[in-house]
Amino acid sequence: MDSAKQNSLFTDGYDHAYQVSIEEFEGPLDLLLHLIKKNEVDIYNIPIAAITRQYLDYIDLMKDLNLDIAGEFLVMAATLIQIKSKMLLPPSVEEEAEEEEEDPRAELVRRLLEYQKYKEAAVMLGQRELLGRDIFARKFPSADLATCEAEEDPTEVELFELIEAFQRVLAKVSVENFHEVGADGVSIADKIAEVLSLLEGKEAVPFESLFLSEVTRDGLVVTFLAILELCKLKMIRISQARSLGTIWIMPVAVEADDGTAGEEDVHVAGRS
Amino acid sequence: MSPAGLKSIVESLIFVSDLPITLDRLCSVLEEHERGDIRAAVEALKDDYRQVERGIFLDEVAGGYQFRSRPENADYLRRLTRSKTVKFSPSALETLAIIAYRQPITRAEVEYLRGVDSGGVLKTLLEKKLLRILGKKDIPGKPLIYGTSREFLELFNLKDLSSLPTLKEIQELAPLNPYGDQQDLPLEE
Repeated sequence: MDSAKQNSLFTDGYDHAYQVSIEEFEGPLDLLLHLIKKNEVDIYNIPIAAITRQYLDYIDLMKDLNLDIAGEFLVMAATLIQIKSKMLLPPSVEEEAEEEEEDPRAELVRRLLEYQKYKEAAVMLGQRELLGRDIFARKFPSADLATCEAEEDPTEVELFELIEAFQRVLAKVSVENFHEVGADGVSIADKIAEVLSLLEGKEAVPFESLFLSEVTRDGLVVTFLAILELCKLKMIRISQARSLGTIWIMPVAVEADDGTAGEEDVHVAGRS
Repeated sequence: MSPAGLKSIVESLIFVSDLPITLDRLCSVLEEHERGDIRAAVEALKDDYRQVERGIFLDEVAGGYQFRSRPENADYLRRLTRSKTVKFSPSALETLAIIAYRQPITRAEVEYLRGVDSGGVLKTLLEKKLLRILGKKDIPGKPLIYGTSREFLELFNLKDLSSLPTLKEIQELAPLNPYGDQQDLPLEE
C-alpha cells in the first residue's frame, strides 16, 4: 500500500495503520458504511481520500483472494474518485455565480443514510419471532420455508443408506425358497399410485412403513423401485434428521416444485 | 346464546381454520350474531389465553386471528416439525425490509437503494411467496412493481404492515449497537 501513501491525492491525515478484514459485504454501500464506522468519521463530512484508499485496498484484497468482484463495487470506486476530483477542482466561474454549490458528497451521503435505515430495518426483521422458527401455528408452509435461504442442509440420505434400509426391510421377510408360479402382477406404476395415496395429506412417513402391505420379495422390490422413481420425478423428498436415523419420505407439493426450488432437496436420485 | 357459548364457537373456528381467520370471516360464518359480540368474544379469548399459562396464545397476524405456540417452546417444536430453522441471508432481509417499507417499488428502485443487483434475491423471495407482484409501473419499460404478501405478515408475525415499527423508531433504538446481535429477552410473566 506504499504506492498509495506516496500518492498525494490519497493523503489527508487519515493514513494511520488499519487492517482490511475480509467480511461479507452486501454491496458497495455496505462496505462504505463499514469503513465510515471503523474510522469513526462523521458521515456528513466523509474524508473521501482516506475512505477511497481503504475502499480500493479492499477491492485489491478481493482480487488477491480471487473473489469475484461485482461490477457495482467498481462503479462505486469510480464514483468515489470522481467525487474526490470534483472536490479538488476549483469551482468554475458559472458555478460560482450560482448561489451555493452542493457538496459533491451530498448524493452519496443521502444514499448511505438511506441504506443504513434499511439495513437496520433488516436487522429488526431478522430479530422478530418468526413463524416456523420461534413461533408455530397449527399449519404453516414448512416445506416452502425449509428451503428458504437455509444455510444448513438436512442430512443427505446417501443412496447406499437407502439400500441398506431396504435390505433391513427385506431381511424381515422370511426367505421362501419355493418357486412361486404365476405373476403377482403389481406394476411399478400401480405401486407409485399406492405410495402416493399413502403419502397423501401427510407431512412425512417413515421409509419402512411404506413396505408394510407387502409380504413378498417381489412386492418389496417393486415398492422400492417405485420410491426411487418418485424421487427421480421429484414428487417425493427423502431425508433424514440425523445420520442412521429414520429415513423419512415426504410428499412434495406440486406447485412448490418449479424445477428450481426442489433442486437442493432431492438427494437420492437427481434428475439424470 | 350466552357470551361463553359464543366464545366457545369462536375458539373452535379459529382452532380449525388453517389460515389466520379474519373478523369479517368470523362474522359471515356467525351471521346470526352481532359483530360487536363476536369481537368481544375474540378479545375475551385472547385474555383467557394470556392469563393462564398455556402453550398457545391467540395472536393477531396478517389481519386475522390464529393460535400460535409460545416462543419459549420453540426448541421442542423444532424437534417435532423436523423442519430446518428458517434462516434468511442478510441480502434477503435487506430486500424484504426495503420492499416492506417502500412498497409499491420496482426492482430498479430496490437496486438503487441497496447498491447491488437484486434480481436473484427478488426471484427467491417471490418463489417463497413472501413478495407479490402488484402490477406494472406506468413508465417506459413498464417495470413490475413489488410488494409484500400475506405470507410475509404471517411469517414475521405481523398484524398488518402498519404494525411494523417506523424507520424512525428503529433508528432511535438501533444506534446503540446496530450491528451486534441483540437477543430478545424473554418477557417475565
